[in-house]
Amino acid sequence: MSFHASSVGATRYVGERTPRKEDGRLLTGRGQFTDDVQLPGMMHVAYVRSPVARGRIVSIGLDVAREMPGVQAIYTQADLAAIPVQMMSFFFTPIESPVTLLADGRVACVGDPVCMVIAESRAQAEDAAALVELEIEEETALVTIADARTGPLVHPDRDDNVAAEMGDADMLEEVIQPLLDKAPHVVTHTIRHQRIAQSPMECRACVASPEGSGEMTVWVGCQSPHLAARYVALVLGLPQESIRVIAKDVGGGFGLKNIPWREEVAVVVAARLFGRPLKWIEDRYEALTASSHAREQEVTLTIGLDEEGRLLAAWSDYACNNGAWPMGEDANIAVHMFMWPAHKLPAYGFVTRGWYTNTMGLGGYRGPWAMESLIRETTLDKAARKLGIDPVELRRRNLLYLPEQPVTSSMGIEVTDITPGECLEKLVAHVDIAAFRKEQAEARKEGRYLGMGIATYIEPTGSAGAMQPMTGETVHLRIEPTGKVVAMLSTHSQGHGTATTMAQVIADRLGVAYEDIAVFEGDSAIGAFGPGAAGSRQGVIAGGATWRATELLAEKVKAVAAHLSNASVEAVTIAEGMVHVEGAPEMSRSLKELAEIAYGDPARLPEGMASGLEAQFRYQPPPMTMTSAAHCCVVEVDAETGFVKILRWISAEDCGTVINPGVVEGQIAGGLAQAIGQVLLEEMPYDARGNPLAATFKDYLMPTMFDVPDFEYLHANTPSQTIGGMRGVGEGGCIIGPPTLVNAIADALAPFGEIEELTLPLTPARILDVIEQRDVSGRQAQPEKVAAAPVAAPLAPVPEVAEPAPAAPTGSVDGDWDMTLKAPMGGQTFLAHFDTDGAALSGYLSAPEGRQEFSGGMIDNGRMKFEVKVDKPMKITLKYDIQLDGDTITGKCRMGMFGTAKVTAVRPS
Amino acid sequence: MSEHRIDITVNGRRHTATVEARASLGEFLREGLGYTGTHLACEHGVCGACTVRVDGVAVRSCLMLAVQADGCEITTVEGLAAPDGTLHRVQQALQDNFGLQCGFCTPGVAITLAAVLDDDPAATAQDMEAAMSGHVCRCTGYQGIRRAIRQLAGEAV
Ligand code: FES
Ligand code: FES
Repeated sequence: MSFHASSVGATRYVGERTPRKEDGRLLTGRGQFTDDVQLPGMMHVAYVRSPVARGRIVSIGLDVAREMPGVQAIYTQADLAAIPVQMMSFFFTPIESPVTLLADGRVACVGDPVCMVIAESRAQAEDAAALVELEIEEETALVTIADARTGPLVHPDRDDNVAAEMGDADMLEEVIQPLLDKAPHVVTHTIRHQRIAQSPMECRACVASPEGSGEMTVWVGCQSPHLAARYVALVLGLPQESIRVIAKDVGGGFGLKNIPWREEVAVVVAARLFGRPLKWIEDRYEALTASSHAREQEVTLTIGLDEEGRLLAAWSDYACNNGAWPMGEDANIAVHMFMWPAHKLPAYGFVTRGWYTNTMGLGGYRGPWAMESLIRETTLDKAARKLGIDPVELRRRNLLYLPEQPVTSSMGIEVTDITPGECLEKLVAHVDIAAFRKEQAEARKEGRYLGMGIATYIEPTGSAGAMQPMTGETVHLRIEPTGKVVAMLSTHSQGHGTATTMAQVIADRLGVAYEDIAVFEGDSAIGAFGPGAAGSRQGVIAGGATWRATELLAEKVKAVAAHLSNASVEAVTIAEGMVHVEGAPEMSRSLKELAEIAYGDPARLPEGMASGLEAQFRYQPPPMTMTSAAHCCVVEVDAETGFVKILRWISAEDCGTVINPGVVEGQIAGGLAQAIGQVLLEEMPYDARGNPLAATFKDYLMPTMFDVPDFEYLHANTPSQTIGGMRGVGEGGCIIGPPTLVNAIADALAPFGEIEELTLPLTPARILDVIEQRDVSGRQAQPEKVAAAPVAAPLAPVPEVAEPAPAAPTGSVDGDWDMTLKAPMGGQTFLAHFDTDGAALSGYLSAPEGRQEFSGGMIDNGRMKFEVKVDKPMKITLKYDIQLDGDTITGKCRMGMFGTAKVTAVRPS
Repeated sequence: MSEHRIDITVNGRRHTATVEARASLGEFLREGLGYTGTHLACEHGVCGACTVRVDGVAVRSCLMLAVQADGCEITTVEGLAAPDGTLHRVQQALQDNFGLQCGFCTPGVAITLAAVLDDDPAATAQDMEAAMSGHVCRCTGYQGIRRAIRQLAGEAV
């Protein structure tokens, strides 16, 4: 591989299947998971949860429970409220729904925690929890997205059940529909994605131990101890240094453990109140029914194509169920941002909304925006069948290949080095599609239904700089006087093997044995802030940080050795922990000898050089690094039983520099297994009263070894523009897996007809519905039919904009106003200045970040319309439509794809 | 809750302890005796993470009561490697083939495979795969576990 410089050690580690450093302890039962922590005087927590989906708490009877053996305390929200908490999202913005740690007067979903029992053992806590008498006045629950559109308010103090929305509904009529009307071919596809329980094998867990004066050590199953520590400090309004989070081993996260949520924060708060260490270990029933869930989306995509299958325009309408208490209100804008940047698509528009319902809240899950690939790739295959074009050929005509880049793609996303087309070519060269088609035709004659599915995708990885916690990574390295290397990293592994891959980079770039490197992570007291395993970022950013820090350390070693040997730095090489000087073999020294001098005898170092052999580097990578892939899978569908057997699966991915193929393939494979689960098995259904119906692993079907085939891998290795050239690979399998498999099944079922509307999971019963030509929409209960042409459901009304008053309003708008814009990412307040000249309106908006002038506006009877162009977070035009009424201004602002925001303004006080 | 005195040997070491009648063997091994290598991931007998050997037989320790193990010899994952630290060949095969990621399911997987091979040193890959039907792993997609099984069966990985 070309990226290896020649002046470091001869033993190569980057690119090798180096055995994992983590395995030693994990294989022998000597890891440290949160439940392994036992502290003197520690008490155990069990939660009392709401058995109804919606209602008013009439009474909480604690008398019987309090008398149970071992019970020390029972807390309700009234007790926990002694310590104020403002829950926040992963992006450190306040949660908008009125979420409290325990239910506050009302319950809004089954599983809502209502009380917290503290007892001497977990069993005693659970015994007592079962005896708390809850009286709840049950109300009709809103369960589905359809319920949310029409039902009463989930949160009575909110204006509507829209948790978040973006998109520009007017764009359909103004831009997209005319293009679709002219398109020779229009294809529409609808997908209903079921609700998923992330189900890491280790359930959530938290131990909180109050220490000193106001400090606390917290062991918590998380995806970054640094992020968990900052999160807890922020929501409690404490200095971050007061919270130390330790998470040495975590049994999987997958997005669920991005942030500590209500139960974990409640343990921290209760430990402060109770003054003793508390432990909460979630059981599987709670994990399935009362941990945040994921997915549950409905999407319709319409694409227009020309005669040759080239895309002309697309429109999509997306909705997702946020539940009652999402870990951040979400309309999943990323679905739309990443649906088309890899394609030549002239025009795309969408509306996208998240809805509150009386179900468990929405959390993260591997590739939260994965629906973009599922709807796009399945719609493209549907189009290929309709147009009679080979699906590979259809993709070739629409994908952006490397020679066409850089280019600003749809939604203003700059693509510079994506390779989905190149991955596709690699895949196609490897898989004999013609032979398969022959085999498929033969098989069909025998009543056997084979299918092949192909999909491509790109994935934003290693994001840094655009959102609060998504930032660079810091690495501290030192060569100890023992000659061993110690690395302190901001990374975190819940199975990712970051200690392994980072040690490989160090061994490779420094020229030391892998075994001589100790990596410390998993403790917020070690290293600097990093958000950990989120957004497929650690290999990219921490990898780059480690790469450069190691080079800095190697430079220092060489400078010291050159000085001691009176040689030039260029003459020094490091290999296998030995430092050699070219042409002077007698001058070779071990790193240990050099380190002893550097720490113990600094007078021998070059003039002015700091003592010791240490280096630190913080890496701020490009804002985003793209990973690409093309996958192919082959299935056989049993037309008698509806069972799907996956016969073959080939991944051609481009994640740049591969540090450890074993680790990279492990990430892809894990994601693909989850994808297979989503398409064929897993589902967290709710009944009409809002009861979650999968309470055990006998109801919630996790993929087993027999559901997952052997995967084949082709690595494309186009180095990225980051230090080291890595691209992220954590989420990809879970994003590209579902469309690959669905396309294969649809191909197998083609002789029977199209899957007009796809409802997941594709259980044998649903597949038999296709084979036997039944209505497979899964919407029998809902009479209305989705129209073939896209219909933009109106965005939820922005309540209530003052229409122009008939009588002339009083006063003048000229001068300064304090204006507030209630945007989807939170409210913004700034100074607005208006100047009028007859009907002409001009002025500026001014905030600490800068000032935007505008002109060309109009004012008529106090109604003002003007436009302001902004560059951040993207290039958009803000269209204001506001009304003066005495000394207040109210109205709205249309913000392109970010939807519409309420505007209010008053005169500065 | 009634308490019972039991006498139990874990990884060759004898322990005498008092246990609540309702305590599962898994809970007791972890909390009572500190063998935290045994993991509880579902506590209802589906996932296999809690598997230990009781008198040689692979058993779900979440479904067996500690009192039932009175007088039994238990092997947990801590007892698989040789006293000098050399990994059991099952552990070695799992490491060689990236058969684990987070490691939470791994103790159960390793114990089951070790039990299959102890019972029948000539066990085939198919035999071992069949035994994996009772194990859930959320991380690996089973690829490394299946390769480890082939290696243990002397097949091409
Ligand atoms: S914990 Fe025993 S089988 Fe899952
Ligand atoms: S390695 Fe994480 S569950 Fe198997």
